Formats: sequence, structure tokens, C-alpha cells
Amino acid sequence: MSLDKSVVNVSFLEVKVWRGKDDGELVSYQVPGRENQTVLDVVSEIQRSHEPSLAYRYACRVGVCGSCAMTVNGMPKWTCRTHVKKVMDDGVLTIEPLRNLPRIKDLVCDLSPFIDTWQQAGAPFCGTKTRHEAPANIDPESKARKAADAGLQCINCAVCYSACDVVSWNKDYIGPAGLNRAWTLVNDARHGERQSTFDKAFGSGGCGSCHSQGNCTRHCPIGLSPSESIAGLKKSALFGLPKV
Amino acid sequence: MERSLFLTQRLTAMALGPLVLVHLGLILFAVKGGLTAEEILLRTQGSVGWALFYGAFVVMASIHGPIGLRNVLREWTDLTTGLINFVTAGFGFLLLFVGIRAVLAVTQTATQISG
Repeated sequence: MSLDKSVVNVSFLEVKVWRGKDDGELVSYQVPGRENQTVLDVVSEIQRSHEPSLAYRYACRVGVCGSCAMTVNGMPKWTCRTHVKKVMDDGVLTIEPLRNLPRIKDLVCDLSPFIDTWQQAGAPFCGTKTRHEAPANIDPESKARKAADAGLQCINCAVCYSACDVVSWNKDYIGPAGLNRAWTLVNDARHGERQSTFDKAFGSGGCGSCHSQGNCTRHCPIGLSPSESIAGLKKSALFGLPKV
Repeated sequence: MERSLFLTQRLTAMALGPLVLVHLGLILFAVKGGLTAEEILLRTQGSVGWALFYGAFVVMASIHGPIGLRNVLREWTDLTTGLINFVTAGFGFLLLFVGIRAVLAVTQTATQISG
């Protein structure tokens, strides 16, 4: 058996992991510290070496799928791209499930309420052309297209939803990701339901409920700014749909 | 309705901004030589300008305040939206009534009051 050189002469991390559902507890584990170690690596090591029944969720491990988000030392993070060294607090790593979502087991949450908000915000894209028609001619430099492009690339990780204080006290609130999606659609000339999406984004629990605290933008792992998208929606309150 | 209320609250806030500044400026100016009820009434009684100014103030405040109160109650209580709408609309009418009453009381002349 070859010696794993990365664990020789290294200190051990103290990792506290949430076990159970709502009435669970933090359980401590000792995990060897390694170079270039992500939080997901730590969770995987605990599951493989200490606690085979530990429930957690991941898929791509490279920051694309958005499935591995957890609360790390009190902050929502995409764990596959979060280095332990950057979030370690006095040598302790506390890993809990995301906030604002129902817990299933250990580090796994039920994402249904988060996904439902996308429907509430009128998020499905409705095309107006068939495959037999020419594609829409969109100017990539137009103001609307730039606004839409700025909000794309969301990976649905629910970090913003977990970070948002308004979501924590107002369960009717659509939340940052859904409203960000709505803003990209109302600026998309190809979307056939722009007015409907706009109306839904301004409905009960819509963008008017946002307190502009900016936690969503601060924590978004890929650097989107849902705050800016929501501000765009709010600014459209007077004159209606933006021109596309 | 949410969009209309959101917009109305912002527009009334925009109107209240300068009204509040003028009101505060007036207070600073008025208290320089001491503040008496007679002095205030001398300035306001019979003045259409002050009646319109404070009338606008009251109207804007009685629209703006209840919308904000509605938002707070919706976020922090389990009351139904219907009940909250009813209560805050009532609060708005109350503000409007007592506000207009106060404006009339300080801007009407003694003759108008007795007549």
C-alpha cells in the first residue's frame, strides 16, 4: 500500500458536521488537513472514512451543477469551490445544511420551495418561433440584451436564497434567484410572456418585498448580482416593461 | 396592485422629501425669535399658500404611511391580507381626517372659524 504523502506531518482539522434533521446536533470529526482541500473534500472524507451514513449532495465537483451548497462557518457556500483555508475559523470548520430550506437529513435540504419560487416568478422561457423560422435577430450590444446577459449563468445553487434575510421571515417572497431570472426574461426579446413574467415579478412576494440588503450579491458564488436585477425590476415600476 | 402601491409609495416619498425639508427649515427659522402660538397663527391664518403646503403634506403622508405600515404588517404578522388592507386603509383615512382638520384649524381666519 502506497503512503499518502499529503497526510504526513500535517495537522488535523476539527470539523463539526450537522447530523440529523431539525432536532439533530453538531458532531465533531478529526480530518487531516491537506493542500488545496475544499470543503466538499472534507465532507467526502468524513463520509468515506468516518461516517458512511452521512447524507450530502454533490455531482460535478467543479462549480457547474450547483448541488453541493452548504452553510460553512455560518455562510452559504458552494463547497466544491470553497477552499478550507479561506473559511477556517480558529482551526474549526462547522458545516450545516443551507438556511431557509426544509431539512431532509444531515447536510441535505429539500430544494422544492426554492424551485417553486422560479415558477412563481414566471421563470419558464416561452419561445415564439418554430424551428422552421429564422432565429431572432438580437443586437448583443443593446441595453436590454446586456441586462439579460448580466443575470444569466445562474447555477441554481440556492446560496442566494439561503443568504437572504427576507426569505427567512417572509415565505411568500420569491427570493433573489427567481427575481434575477425574471429580470433576464423581461429583457429577452425572444420571450413570449414578458408582460406576464413582469407582472408576476411585481406580484405578492415579488420584487417590492426586497429590502436591498445585498446578501444575495455578496454570497453569489459565480459573481452575479441579483440585487441589481431586482433594482432593475423596481426601476421599471413607473414605465413598465423595458424596451427590447 | 402591488406594483401600484410600490410606485405610489415611492412617488409620495419623492413629494414628501422637499415638503419635509421646507417644514424643518421653517421650524429652524421660526424658533429664532422664540416660539409662540400667536406667532405661528399670524403666519398661517388666512394663508392659502400654507394651507396648500400643509394640505399637500397631509395628503402625501396619509398615502405614504399606510402603505409602509401595510408592508410591515404583511411581513411581521399572520393577519390576512384583506384585514391588513382594511386596517391600513382606515389608518390612512384617519391620518387624512386629523391632518386636514389640523391644517384648517391653523390656516382659517377667526372670521372663517366663527362664520
